[in-house]
Amino acid sequence: MKSFSVRLIVVLTVLTGVNYIVWRWLSSLNWDAWWIAVPLVAAETYSLIDVMLFGMTVWRLKTRTPPAPAPADATVDVFITTYNEPPELVMATALAAKKIRHPHSTWILDDGDRPEFRELAAANGLGYVTRSAEWSGMPRHAKAGNLNNALMQTEGEFLLILDADQIPEPDILDKTLGYFNTRKVALVQTPQYFINVPADDPLGSQAPLFYGPIQQGKDGWNAAFFCGSNAVLRREALMQLGLVGYVKETEKSIRRALSASQAAIRKARKAAANESALLQQTLDEVEAATLEARRQLDAGESLSEITYRARRRVDRAVQALVSADVSALQADLEEIAAMSPVEIGDAGVPVVTEDAVQRMAARDWSPLGAIESVQAVLDALSVERTGEAQPVMPLATISVTEDMATAMRLHSMGWQSVYHHEVLANGLAPEDIGTMLTQRLRWAQGTMQVFLRENPLVQRGLKWGQRLMYFATMWTYLSGFAAVVYFAAPIVYLLFGVLPVTSLSADFFVRFIPFMVVNQLLFAVAGRGIPTWRGQQYSLALFPTWIAACTTAARNVWFGRPLGFAVTPKDRQSGGPGWSLIRPQIVVSVLLVLAAVVGIGRLAAGMSEPIGTLVNVIWVVFDLVVMSILVRAVRYRGYQGSDSNDAADSTIESSKERAVRAPELQSE
Amino acid sequence: MLLSYKVNDSYAVISAAGRLNMVSAPKLREMVAEVVAAGSARIVINLAETAFMDSSGLGALIGCLKAARQAGGDLRIAAVQPQVQMVLGLTSMDKVLTSYPSAAVAFGDD
Repeated sequence: MKSFSVRLIVVLTVLTGVNYIVWRWLSSLNWDAWWIAVPLVAAETYSLIDVMLFGMTVWRLKTRTPPAPAPADATVDVFITTYNEPPELVMATALAAKKIRHPHSTWILDDGDRPEFRELAAANGLGYVTRSAEWSGMPRHAKAGNLNNALMQTEGEFLLILDADQIPEPDILDKTLGYFNTRKVALVQTPQYFINVPADDPLGSQAPLFYGPIQQGKDGWNAAFFCGSNAVLRREALMQLGLVGYVKETEKSIRRALSASQAAIRKARKAAANESALLQQTLDEVEAATLEARRQLDAGESLSEITYRARRRVDRAVQALVSADVSALQADLEEIAAMSPVEIGDAGVPVVTEDAVQRMAARDWSPLGAIESVQAVLDALSVERTGEAQPVMPLATISVTEDMATAMRLHSMGWQSVYHHEVLANGLAPEDIGTMLTQRLRWAQGTMQVFLRENPLVQRGLKWGQRLMYFATMWTYLSGFAAVVYFAAPIVYLLFGVLPVTSLSADFFVRFIPFMVVNQLLFAVAGRGIPTWRGQQYSLALFPTWIAACTTAARNVWFGRPLGFAVTPKDRQSGGPGWSLIRPQIVVSVLLVLAAVVGIGRLAAGMSEPIGTLVNVIWVVFDLVVMSILVRAVRYRGYQGSDSNDAADSTIESSKERAVRAPELQSE
Repeated sequence: MLLSYKVNDSYAVISAAGRLNMVSAPKLREMVAEVVAAGSARIVINLAETAFMDSSGLGALIGCLKAARQAGGDLRIAAVQPQVQMVLGLTSMDKVLTSYPSAAVAFGDD
């Protein structure tokens, strides 16, 4: 019944939404003001797609029944990841983790490599892991690197991953391990819930819509995400991911090396044009070896065989080169000895041994090393993955948020995921706007990195439902661009009287209002009464953060620039409110107020019409109410610990995925 | 590799900085030939800044020794670094080319 009513409303939302937006494109655009009309209709189209993706998500909303009991002999490692959190916090989590009932080993994964933690772990009978020696001088890959390192040093069949501040319930494994009785299940994610958040959640920390209908809906499509903490993973699946990734990366780098080899050899030939014929021959051999390797690669032969044979062939050529050097040297020595035998030494002319020749032909001393471009090709012709600390990287390292990318790769290899809708760990949320903004920026940047590096729409192995579920989350992070248009449109009308639609007539209202109504109804019914307002506010109000995330991620992926840009929580630490952190929003708010005043003045002077002014003033008021949350956020002094024991019901919304489909259109 | 030379009263010092390898070895040979042709057959090669040498580099050193001896002089090496020392030891060429602590003392005995 429930699912029928949700689906009915989804259908109605799509019908009324498409009806509205088609009319907007075909019949309502004010082409004289195309510079605002087209951005506005594009933003509205963006929002409609967003709603439709939400509708698709909840179409398959899955309410799971508790699984069978956990297999008693399942072995589990509990990982607590930390980098710079204080010892009290980490130990509180670690000791709670130790008390988890199902048999397990608890490990502190200390990326800060702090001796204090090592001692605390030993004193409390906990495991302690830091990066192994292989990591020195290699890319560290943040939390993904920390977990990958620990995976190589432990051996449990399953892994429970906890952030340093996520205190687990003793029954967290009893309630989740049973899902793994299904052989294809690789991941069980439970909600992230924060206990240091007051009922009104001024920073929008809780995510009841995401850790609710959205994850349950994704679960229905077998696309529940891994969210980095409070999740259990199957080691076998992660290791498979690591091995497949290793093979793929190796083949890619070998292919790259082989295609670079032609140019490198040509260049070397030119530079060595006056050198010995033997060097020319050596280069010929290297070229022949790389061409052969390429042929074998295309024929699908094994990478290790191909690289081994190519290297053997090159090594033999290099040995010939060294031998030639040595015999020339030996001949010189004979001549020298003939001139003055006494001075050459007592035992006659020394002879360079075969061992010495071998050693001088080895990779690190090889004369070919002098031709750097050729040497680079030869170095890349290896299966050792020399640029990484460990060849097998189970957790994806393509993004600062390793979780989403890892889940997507698991899904594309045919593994299943489960979202278990029950709070089994209690965490801590940021308590000031600066930290909150930094965290949101990171999440958004990470999501956009995955989008640009491994676009879910073209990932082989994913079903279409899964592709769209990943795409839906990425799509929401584009909301910053739409928000700018939604702020600009009423300002443009009220200040200059430019309307982006041809007229605000009955034609407009009969299409817009039904859509708006069913749209709101969809959120009310699918959200089962979860208040979504806080999330709607943040989705619009943090537009500078979302835009910065998109641009920095694009620069990072396309031009290799660092993600850099980070809003630091300095203002908070220095005691003053962090108004400077929301400067763009303040500017926009002032413009909105100014526009409303001017617009009313223009109406009084008879320069504009009443309906247009009314609609746009309401729109401005809506925008200002949305933005007002930032005032509370900036003034928020941290959790006082009194007013919320039942924050589960508090008026909050998703942080990782904001459900703001409605307000943009509502503000029309 | 950067090569430079300086002629003293009784001998010439060639300083070699960088990697003495297949690419730079011919340049060393040329410079020694040039110095010998200019009349200085007693040559010290200062290897203080030569961190690496391959078989071609070694061949060049011996070739230069021959050139110096043919001109009636000698060639000595100074301030040898670890990798170069390893190559010399491995090939027994340390018996032919004695290394001196510094260029200044290489011809100190005569």
